[in-house]
Amino acid sequence: MKALLSGNEAVARGAYESGVKVAAAYPGTPSTEILQNFAQYEGVYAEWAPNEKVAFEVGIGASMAGVRVLVAMKHVGLNVAADPFMTFAYTGVRGGFLLTSADDPGMHSSQNEQDNRYFARFALIPLLEPSDSQEAKDMVGVGLRLSEQFDTPTMLRLTTRISHAKGVVRLGKIKEVEPKGFTLDLQKYVMIPAYARMRHPLVLKRLEKLRRYAERTPLNRIEWGDRSVGIISGGVAYQYAKEVMPKASFLKLGLTYPLPEAKIREFASQVEVLFVVEELEPFLEEQIRAVGLSVEGKAFFPRLGELSPEVVAEGFRKAGVLKVRRRRSRVPPGAALPRPPIMCPGCPHRSVFFALNRIKGIVMSDIGCYTLSVLPPLQAIHSCICMGASISGAQGVAKAIEKAGVRDDRPVFAVLGDSTFLHSGVTGLMDVAYNKGNVNIIVLDNRTTAMTGGQQHPGTGRTLQGEETFQVDFLKLAEALGIRRVRVVDPYDLKGMTRAFKEEAAVPEPSFIVTNRPCVMLEKFDSSLVYRVDPERCEGCGICLRLGCPAILPGEEIPSKKGKKVRRKVSIDPSLCRGCSVCEQLCKQEAISGPPPRPA
Amino acid sequence: MAKASWEVNNVLIVGVGGQGVILASEILSEVAMRSGFDVKKSEVHGMAQRGGIVSSHVRYGSEVASPLIPQGEVDVLLAFELAEAVRWIGFLSPKGRVIASRQRLVPPIVSTGLASYPEDAESILQRETWAPVLVDAQQLANQLGNPRLVNTILLGVASRLLELPHRTWRRVVSERVPKAYRELNLAAFEQGRGILGSSSVS
Repeated sequence: MKALLSGNEAVARGAYESGVKVAAAYPGTPSTEILQNFAQYEGVYAEWAPNEKVAFEVGIGASMAGVRVLVAMKHVGLNVAADPFMTFAYTGVRGGFLLTSADDPGMHSSQNEQDNRYFARFALIPLLEPSDSQEAKDMVGVGLRLSEQFDTPTMLRLTTRISHAKGVVRLGKIKEVEPKGFTLDLQKYVMIPAYARMRHPLVLKRLEKLRRYAERTPLNRIEWGDRSVGIISGGVAYQYAKEVMPKASFLKLGLTYPLPEAKIREFASQVEVLFVVEELEPFLEEQIRAVGLSVEGKAFFPRLGELSPEVVAEGFRKAGVLKVRRRRSRVPPGAALPRPPIMCPGCPHRSVFFALNRIKGIVMSDIGCYTLSVLPPLQAIHSCICMGASISGAQGVAKAIEKAGVRDDRPVFAVLGDSTFLHSGVTGLMDVAYNKGNVNIIVLDNRTTAMTGGQQHPGTGRTLQGEETFQVDFLKLAEALGIRRVRVVDPYDLKGMTRAFKEEAAVPEPSFIVTNRPCVMLEKFDSSLVYRVDPERCEGCGICLRLGCPAILPGEEIPSKKGKKVRRKVSIDPSLCRGCSVCEQLCKQEAISGPPPRPA
Repeated sequence: MAKASWEVNNVLIVGVGGQGVILASEILSEVAMRSGFDVKKSEVHGMAQRGGIVSSHVRYGSEVASPLIPQGEVDVLLAFELAEAVRWIGFLSPKGRVIASRQRLVPPIVSTGLASYPEDAESILQRETWAPVLVDAQQLANQLGNPRLVNTILLGVASRLLELPHRTWRRVVSERVPKAYRELNLAAFEQGRGILGSSSVS
């Protein structure tokens, strides 16, 4: 049977077909759909873990118990899970263990574009890179077999254009794998220095065996064509190269670490010029150069951003092996309209940043929808580094002011979402309490992991499967960690919330503030909540436009004196307004009206 | 638009987050697969819900390599919004056609004065592309009784330019929309399909 599957759906299907019984992940674009799809199969266990490190460790335990395991994360998630990852590479597995890392070249939805292929090389474990959905499914099975055969975790590396591209996939049969059960093997699994020293040489021996496997596996195949140009490639880059140089000879690598040195030498010896086409870093190129072969890569294909057929074509053109001329764009200048992503109408985050702008504090922010508040018109935050960095970063700012002679009397805020707080903000909060930092922490609790499309987490009271479960009590948690000033605010009450922020900023001790409105995506649109503008009263002052709400639209021009700024009456799009009432609270002419928002 | 069977057909569907671009490309891809073609489809998820630019590349043929359509090779550009149609015309092949809904979605950045909406979008399409098809899809959808029928109408228009079996289109559209709206969507599809008489297919 055939189906049209995305790379992520194909990985989930491959895991199911290969007898994977336990899977864990933390959501992150472009990896999120892997676990969401896997969880829908019968007879498997899947969980959203609070973060990638926890997910990885759940996977380690399940593997030790002898079942096949899948863990999935985005590229930067592996930074969080790097600690267990590096040592698990020493212990090896019992049940097959597949780590899926979904990288984001071009940073469609990420804070960096690190190339996680280096992680596999760092840990000395096998690395598989599919070039389409069919390969993504098949490589899950291959990766689990490699894992068991060579006693190693295997890494399957996807990129956005594999994860989120759909292709035709032949579905396979479901393989039943007998669980092996937990057995004692202290020298394998207890990594005290004496035992770890015994494991490290085994890791190197394993690598040699994997090198021999890389030479003979059909995952690495030569496709002979015109021998004047030889191209080594893998992943989606292979498809782009194939698209623009269909007649060239290819060494298509599916296992990209460790590399098949002899096969590469054989291929190189039979082509006139050798290219490596790879996205991001010169991972293959440098290893190929290191064995003394002459090869071209990053001189022609950029190290920055995503590749595409035209970028690859341009590289071959520059290298002088592709003659087709580049088609010129017909887009007239000025026609390209920017559409920066924005917070939704009624988003409970918006007013928080409007209030913070009025207070003029230092605002350390985090990863989530609310990071969009850096863009105009709000422009309210001053940092975003990685998950959880807001609180600990704010602690650093506060201590630099308090103890290191930095002259600044602005209050220090940390702002982060509920899911991000549970992911890695809790330890930062502990630090603030423990080391008495003068930081005001705002948790934007919208009761979901919104940025990735609305996943459950330990603060929502529901599991991945939607079952009811224990719900973290944010206020009690903060109190237990040692924060004395804890409170809840309603972000739809601009005045009350601003007052609360001011009060907490004035007190020289840490505070913990939780907002109480859910993400608008969780609620059905209700036309009875819509606000409207009275055109007779609107004077076009534009203060409501400073909220950056997509439902508020400037309209009819108001005649004004020469040289004065043009004013426009506003209107509210009734198909977009969610009735948060914040614009109404700002309007001095009382031109905006609607029903009061429902209680939070 | 007739192509040799081994050639790859390239359809670029574009719009703004929330307009139904992804569903439309799902339906087209499914129709192509069931018609016996190799299919690839690529788009970027993540920020799409938040009013951002959405583009979905659909390619089908006997064998498809790249999931992204090479610039200058789009056969049909199906745009759910006028400024979005303009943004992507550089991807069209010399014989490529634009089908665009006359809808305009002005992003908030325009109201802040940091950008301006291309008011002359329609004339740009008329000037820069060959025989663009401009559709009052919203108006038609409202006449049919549901503003959400816009993407089905546009798919109907596009189906005239794509040589895929009419029956398969109808079957997939029926399967992909909520049961209660099945007949309405099929009517919308046919309405769209009727916009281009067979004489205008080239």
